[in-house]
Amino acid sequence: MENDTVNDQTTPIEHVGSTTLEKPEKKAPLGVLFWVSVGWVGLNIFLAIVANFLPLIDPLALNPNISNAGPSLHHFFGTDEFGRDILSRVIFGSRISIAVSFGALFIGFSIGSPLAMLASLRRGRFDKALTTFMYSLLAFPGIIATISILSFWIPRNLFKVTLVIGLFTIPLVYRVVRTASLAVASKEFVIAAQIQGAKDGRILFKEILPNITPIMVSFVLIGVAGVVALEGALAFLGLSINPPTPSWGNMINESRTILSTDPWLALFPSIVLVLFIVSLNFIGDRLRNYFDVAEVKI
Amino acid sequence: MARYILQRLVTLIAILFVVSIGSFYLIHLLPGDPVFLILGFNYSPVTKAILDAQLGLNQPIYLQYFTWIGHVLHGNLGTSFISHQSVGSTIMRALPIDGELIIISQILAFGAAIPLAMKAARNPDSVLDRILSAGSFVLLSVPGFIVIIFLVLFVSIKLGVPNTGPATYVPFLQNPLVNLTSLMLPSLTIAIGAFVLYFRVLRSDLTGVLQEEFITMARSKGISTRRIMWRHAFRPASVALLGTAGVNIGGALAAGFIVQFLLAIPGLGFTLVTAINANDYLLVQGIVLVISAAVVIVNFIFDFIIFLVDPRIARD
Repeated sequence: MENDTVNDQTTPIEHVGSTTLEKPEKKAPLGVLFWVSVGWVGLNIFLAIVANFLPLIDPLALNPNISNAGPSLHHFFGTDEFGRDILSRVIFGSRISIAVSFGALFIGFSIGSPLAMLASLRRGRFDKALTTFMYSLLAFPGIIATISILSFWIPRNLFKVTLVIGLFTIPLVYRVVRTASLAVASKEFVIAAQIQGAKDGRILFKEILPNITPIMVSFVLIGVAGVVALEGALAFLGLSINPPTPSWGNMINESRTILSTDPWLALFPSIVLVLFIVSLNFIGDRLRNYFDVAEVKI
Repeated sequence: MARYILQRLVTLIAILFVVSIGSFYLIHLLPGDPVFLILGFNYSPVTKAILDAQLGLNQPIYLQYFTWIGHVLHGNLGTSFISHQSVGSTIMRALPIDGELIIISQILAFGAAIPLAMKAARNPDSVLDRILSAGSFVLLSVPGFIVIIFLVLFVSIKLGVPNTGPATYVPFLQNPLVNLTSLMLPSLTIAIGAFVLYFRVLRSDLTGVLQEEFITMARSKGISTRRIMWRHAFRPASVALLGTAGVNIGGALAAGFIVQFLLAIPGLGFTLVTAINANDYLLVQGIVLVISAAVVIVNFIFDFIIFLVDPRIARD
């Protein structure tokens, strides 16, 4: 009996809720370019993981006899100033970019998104204080803060670089997740769950999280693209991983002085890096359109 | 209105306070005794005493902050123990170059983005619109340092356009022509990044505004398309553009070091990188403070411009 009355009350409400949540009838397919991008990103990540087991020339092996060679059958991408194989350095270099970017976004999300979801659910003073704080952090230029912290916090290593960038993604993640979950938190099914006495943790994980996952996924992709570019810029200034360990940024940096005589060294890492970022942005953008959300922007 | 501006001013001061604490605390991130690292080879009991007095290092940390901010508010950012020059004057020498770079690049970016976005929004899905939309999406993903590499590779080396260094940099008033040619590549790089953003934002907002009823109304009254675009559609569509421009100019100030370092333009960013490499911590701290404050103030100014364009914002 009690069950029946509950149902009677929730059915029409649920109906209203479901029409707004309902996905559009006809969805444009994701398209070939989307899957090409997914393939490219997947290939990069796969190669970065298995780089040690691939039959690649040692990225640190010097060979002065073939310095600054153009592409050949033996060295597909050519060699750099010290005769090191560029192909293998590009693959090993991707490890740094990928590790730093996913690591930083992991830090950003594991701190930023629970706070944001909680703020959007509780509202009131907690939300107001936290949001003001996060937004004033956003006013702080992240890139200048990152490079200044990294220049003072010596000696630098992969962990510190990831941590500092990660900390600066927290307010960005917070803004995106809060906007998205505010829309969900006022929906009837969340209110219904609250009335039924569900704990905050349960509402966050069972009601809000599933509904904002698409937004979070596309933001992760766009965020990773941003961090890859940022790490490249840091490496450029010698504030990231130190040579001779290759990273996309420091390879491009090393190519600067010999740009007119040997453009290969600049060309290949740049092309791989740009295609990687373009693909991530493209996947994120398509997913965002597919799930019809507009709030995700870095 | 006065209340809105006052509110924004209070926020501005609060954020500047946070920024100053952040910049102040940087010195304490140094491992071990900061005095030892800041002085480097110049370490001696005398220099140590000078620095101690300047930073108030014997005091508790909150008093150190007040000593430091007191000096800063009097325009005294300290004296570098590496270059033996006052940090303030080093910054004042470099700052105008950043200003010039930003002004030139913004003129280029707005000059290209506004007419092109109008054309694209007027004929959505035309060839021009498709090329610009796809092209700007790709360019959005290209980091500035790669844009520079390619500009140097294809414009500078192939066409013989000079990319000058700090030794050949000439102030505008001394020789405008040489000055402008030396700033051509860096401002072009910043302008490309800004153009791509401005074009995308303005195009999407204009397309939305052009579907509004007051535009149809204006059309049916026989007002020319040109007048509709400039007088009726541009203003409501420019709010997001101004917001983006504020953030972007701040970003160009903060990320200016990449362009300046690569093309050896002795602005603030270039000075920052050299200071980092020379372990000139006081100079780094001063530049960080000035750039951060500048970014915050630029955002504040643009918020104010947006308020002038669309006063309804103050009613929230």
